Amino acid sequence: MSPSDTPENTTAPGVEGNAADAPLIVFDKVVKRFGDLTVLDHLDFNVEAGERVTLIGPSGSGKTTILRLLMTLEKVTEGHINIGGEPFSHMPRGSGLVPASESYLRQRRKSIGMVFQQFNLFPNMTVRKNIMEAPVHVLGLSKDEASERAAELLDLVGLGDKIDAHPTQLSGGQQQRVAIARALAMRPEILLLDEVTSALDPELVAGVLDVLREVAETTDITMLCVTHEMGFARDVSHRVLMFDKGQIAEEGHPDQIFGDPREDRTKSFLKSVLENGH
Amino acid sequence: MSGFLDFEYTGQIMPDLLGGLQITVQATVIGYAIALTLGLLIAVVRRVPVFGSLLHFLMEFIRTTPLVIQLVFVFAMAPANFSPFTIGVVVLGIHYAAYTAEVYRSGIEGVAKGQWEASRALSLPTSRTWGAVVLPQAIRKVIPALGNYLIAMFKDTPLLFAIGVVELLAVAQQVGSRDFRYVDTFTVVGLLFLVVSIPSAILIRRLEKRYVAV
Repeated sequence: MSPSDTPENTTAPGVEGNAADAPLIVFDKVVKRFGDLTVLDHLDFNVEAGERVTLIGPSGSGKTTILRLLMTLEKVTEGHINIGGEPFSHMPRGSGLVPASESYLRQRRKSIGMVFQQFNLFPNMTVRKNIMEAPVHVLGLSKDEASERAAELLDLVGLGDKIDAHPTQLSGGQQQRVAIARALAMRPEILLLDEVTSALDPELVAGVLDVLREVAETTDITMLCVTHEMGFARDVSHRVLMFDKGQIAEEGHPDQIFGDPREDRTKSFLKSVLENGH
Repeated sequence: MSGFLDFEYTGQIMPDLLGGLQITVQATVIGYAIALTLGLLIAVVRRVPVFGSLLHFLMEFIRTTPLVIQLVFVFAMAPANFSPFTIGVVVLGIHYAAYTAEVYRSGIEGVAKGQWEASRALSLPTSRTWGAVVLPQAIRKVIPALGNYLIAMFKDTPLLFAIGVVELLAVAQQVGSRDFRYVDTFTVVGLLFLVVSIPSAILIRRLEKRYVAV
């Protein structure tokens, strides 16, 4: 039997294969400028499906911008981002690519979740409603299904008893755990964590990191994490990217980056972080 | 005339004046409903780039010209089959919408940027971002300011007199010119305005306490 007779080959050539083999996230010469300030400078990097990557580096080095580009909170100035083998920052039109439209982005970003430094829970809704909102109105779950999902996720983050509380009644750490549950309720393929413990009192940090460790261990969600918690980065990530001035200064396994950094910029950054008590 | 107010006389004119007050209150309530809904609509649409700027210019125009001129102008332009009451209420509503729109706008701008970003991160449709996240927070903050416009509007309804709406002031004018007892009549009119606006003001202060604290 010739290969063309097999039913698998009836699909468009290349498309399926590419999506499976290609890295999940591809940054292709991405430039991001805010006015005269270049935040990302022709950045190339890939993230594999299921990989957990930590982004470290001095403030202003572009780490958070990477997450914000992926969450479509910012647009690329130049270059392309592809996700799952398909264009993400752009969309196909005719034979070329044009900057993605709002409706294209809306469709594409559903598989991406983000947890913010400032939690950003909706203060006018209970914890349950915060978590149910997107599953009901984006994924089309029934209210019962969404409520059940909310309860399960709150148990996961250890806040099962707070389901009917309002965000203002919770501590920062508790709010952040609810925000993690809210992001997970969308069953995202990619989870973006933007300095999720930076706004917390020191004694509340551990609780949030424990929840994230649990998520990392029990799911295969691809995680991109911007953090100053080096211990956490070392424990959960497969790879660490050290950023400086909008470019990757060094990348490697966490043991190598933290134990045996090669670049001077990495060394001095890690030293400054340690001195600040992290 | 005995003392400050002749109670027998005021008792006689009271039914007429209460009829006028009823029209005044009706005009305020309907006009306010228009101002609240239209103002909200304008505040949201104002965020649309070019159209929003045009709308802003129009609102600026409405805010900087006197209400009484707008009333007389629209009354003169409108087809004859609209009653003075209808025209008066609509003009009053639109005029105040120009103010409530600014109030809503300040409320919307007061909603933290993170709320928009979280809505986006959850891929919420625009209708939910506005309807479930932004507006409930924005409106809560501006309820006291909106309440103040209710009282301001109530005090502006006598201007409808200018286009022949028989509200409280018009009734008082009729009664006064009939009996030549303007002092008694207008004292009662003033008291009637107080009877409505003081409880309203108290109610609004309560709302203020309830919502601003949150």
